[in-house]
Amino acid sequence: MQIDTIKQTILPALMQILPADAILSEQEDLHPYECDGLSAYRQTPLLVVLPSSIEQIQQIMKLCHQHQVAVIARGAGTGLSGGALPMADSVLLSLAKFKQILDIDPLARTANVQPGVRNLAISEAAKPHGLYYAPDPSSQIACTIGGNVAENSGGVHCLKYGLTVHNILKLDIVTVEGERLTIGSEALDSPGYDLLALMTGSEGMLGIIVDITVKLLPMPEQAKVIMASFDDIYKAGNAVANIISAGIIPAGLEMMDKLAIKAAEDFIHADYPLDAEAILLCELDGNTIEVDELIPLAEKVLLESGASETRLAKDDTERAKFWQGRKSAFPAVGRMAPDYYCMDGTIPRRELANILKRIADLSKEYELPVANVFHAGDGNMHPLILYDANIEGELERTEEFGAKILEACVAAGGTITGEHGVGIEKIDQMCVQFKTAELSQFHAIKAAFDPAGLLNPGKAVPTLHRCAELGAMHVHEGKLPHPELPRF
Amino acid sequence: MNNLTNDLQAQILAAYKNKTHCRIEGGNSKAFIGNAPPDSQASINISTAEHTGIISYDASELVITARSGTTLHEIKQALAENNQSLPFEPPSFADSATIGGTIACNLSGPARAYSGAARDFVLGSRIINGKGDDMQFGGQVMKNVAGYDASRLMAGAYGTLGLILEVSLKVLPLAQTEITIKSQQHINSAIKNINALSAQNWPISASVYLDGHLYIRLNSSEMNCLSASQAISQKINATEIADSKAFWTSITEQQHAFFDTSQSIARLSLPATAEDIEPGGEQLIEWGGALRWLKTDLPIQQLRDTARTLGGHVTAYKNYPQATEYFQPLAPGMHSLHQRLNKAFDPAGILNPGRLYKEL
Ligand SMILES: Cc1cc2nc3c(=O)[nH]c(=O)nc-3n(C[C@H](O)[C@H](O)[C@H](O)COP(=O)(O)OP(=O)(O)OC[C@H]3O[C@@H](n4cnc5c(N)ncnc54)[C@H](O)[C@@H]3O)c2cc1C
Repeated sequence: MQIDTIKQTILPALMQILPADAILSEQEDLHPYECDGLSAYRQTPLLVVLPSSIEQIQQIMKLCHQHQVAVIARGAGTGLSGGALPMADSVLLSLAKFKQILDIDPLARTANVQPGVRNLAISEAAKPHGLYYAPDPSSQIACTIGGNVAENSGGVHCLKYGLTVHNILKLDIVTVEGERLTIGSEALDSPGYDLLALMTGSEGMLGIIVDITVKLLPMPEQAKVIMASFDDIYKAGNAVANIISAGIIPAGLEMMDKLAIKAAEDFIHADYPLDAEAILLCELDGNTIEVDELIPLAEKVLLESGASETRLAKDDTERAKFWQGRKSAFPAVGRMAPDYYCMDGTIPRRELANILKRIADLSKEYELPVANVFHAGDGNMHPLILYDANIEGELERTEEFGAKILEACVAAGGTITGEHGVGIEKIDQMCVQFKTAELSQFHAIKAAFDPAGLLNPGKAVPTLHRCAELGAMHVHEGKLPHPELPRF
Repeated sequence: MNNLTNDLQAQILAAYKNKTHCRIEGGNSKAFIGNAPPDSQASINISTAEHTGIISYDASELVITARSGTTLHEIKQALAENNQSLPFEPPSFADSATIGGTIACNLSGPARAYSGAARDFVLGSRIINGKGDDMQFGGQVMKNVAGYDASRLMAGAYGTLGLILEVSLKVLPLAQTEITIKSQQHINSAIKNINALSAQNWPISASVYLDGHLYIRLNSSEMNCLSASQAISQKINATEIADSKAFWTSITEQQHAFFDTSQSIARLSLPATAEDIEPGGEQLIEWGGALRWLKTDLPIQQLRDTARTLGGHVTAYKNYPQATEYFQPLAPGMHSLHQRLNKAFDPAGILNPGRLYKEL
């Protein structure tokens, strides 16, 4: 169907469901929805709808299903893998109006929220009860909890407190056919398959998340952070393994390399050591007794691992400053070049030093600088490649460089994405990580929820043909990937 | 160490071709969980018991990978040598218990409410689906969002989506000290107290309410446990019990006298703070109120209706010959989604058919 024809059929029907100001169809209104956090990819959607009730979402889904029009959910649009990238003939469904925290139960330690609620808003609302929501992506002031569930987002504190999947209890979803289903419960388990796990990280491909109950945790009585400086990044990598081997599970264990340190320091003045090759931020939290016991132990391990200096933040103000440098590292690095590209590969911790070396080599080869700032405790790398999209061919070179990093992560026993999702960005690397049978299984899972493929089509899981075409170009060690597929 | 991958795959491939129903078993220690297999249907047994061995374990990675037939005992021992453990404290029920069966049943012990369930620690799994495809999902790293989380989906699927070949689990360091305190409480105040305490920074790792007493286990450094034990004991008038380890083993393994009965035992999974449903029978309450074992003569349907209105569900755990479904039936929309998902993994319906639900 032609784009204009689709618009003409469904626009009048949508106007029956939604008030006029909840439908955007003019070019200039659609403009802000062209891309998410992966701004190198842009596409104007057919229409944007901004429903404000679950019933409206159900009706929109029924309508689009009836006309076989694709629907793409969007939270805050901070996703870094192009998951919320529109298509020219699809409806973009924004959850922006679902901003209410419906209930906080301090005794049960749960919060029931709408999907458009910002991650940080949950912790702010829980604070008077001495509780908070643990997963804390660096984008937490902006990103929505619905987006977090769809990406299984993590953050600085996931080493100790887990990812989104570990911190949610219950979801209501609207299916592609407009049916409302409840998944999980306020109890600790539910009968049947673990659809809560399946929905988490499903990138808007299996259903629209319309209601979420999250777990809240008691705010730690005390949190202290040590900043350890290293004159050698590999020593810092080994220090991470040594901390864990000592039986310490820090609340967060983050690494920044020299370029990231400099960027953050210029931007935030966090008092980072500019002469260090790497720093580790090691945060311990819990009750006063355990934190006081663990701090000296952690300091000892860090020094024994070759730290040239360790500094304990003397109070909460200094602690916040140390973290602010880390949490603003992306925008800080962003000031050093016109564009940056953030990778998200995850590896076993023991491979940290090797991968960092590989990234450094690739950086030389591609003549593109890289800043490393990442969740070291989880082995979740975030190399930021600096480039200039206005220089012809530089984006392509950057993407190729990024792809090489991800392939190195897979080869090291890791994965192409720890927390940012596959989206459109890493779809080709999925062919590297998974075999044909596994990709077919993913497609079968998708079909169980969405047989016609109308929810966020083309994202997250590549078609087998795509992998076969790609395989024709990437012959690894003389072995053709997906050999059973026809080549064209 | 014994790798039966090819053999197991051949068995499932043959069954797929011939549409033969397969009963997957590990150590057979959890055979009583789930619907009993229908007598009429001819089926073969596929055993993972000889598919054994820890494939990799690096303590500083906090990850262990083992073949599904590896006994829980062997895994716990390997971890203990490195001062680590499976944080979800899975029950064995018999020495033969395997890690594959544990994950397939998503079984967790007393620590569940405080550390997480078996499913929370699954990092990756290698499975054979009902078409005989050998597939690897997830991996050995802490974070992984590439593709749908099919590895965690195996937890609690009772083998109906695939035979688990290998599983990678996150492990954690063992705490230095353990102390258990006990206090006489009315049931509703026990539920309130344990939840209120859990909203603070105490190192609580398990709780049980039994015979009018609330038991709270503390796990942490010695100093932290002692200080917490003192403070909580003062608050709720508790005293330390003598043999903490033996007590919790009796709960985890259901060797406690409570479970020694020919009466029906229902497993109620409820929101933790739900008040006592006053069922009239004896109860043992774990997980801060979220898991309630009930010895009862009440019809299962009545219990299920009550649980549903409270936001929970009921499993016909033991001695329930009259229950038509072992697990609480699903809402219609969810049931058909389950059927479609089951087909996506097992199109011929040969893997443990009926064990989870009669029509699955
Ligand atoms: C500066 C910066 C720092 C970041 N730091 C982190 C970090 O530390 N950790 C981390 O994990 N991520 C991080 N991110 C990535 C991003 O913020 C997360 O992926 C976030 O969860 C996306 O939320 P969102 O509301 O913006 O979702 P969107 O970008 O709008 O959407 C993301 C995906 O979810 C789907 N989706 C959104 N809402 C729903 C819904 N209600 N139902 C179904 N599907 C839905 C979309 O279709 C899309 O596929 C960062 C991003 C930026 C820009």
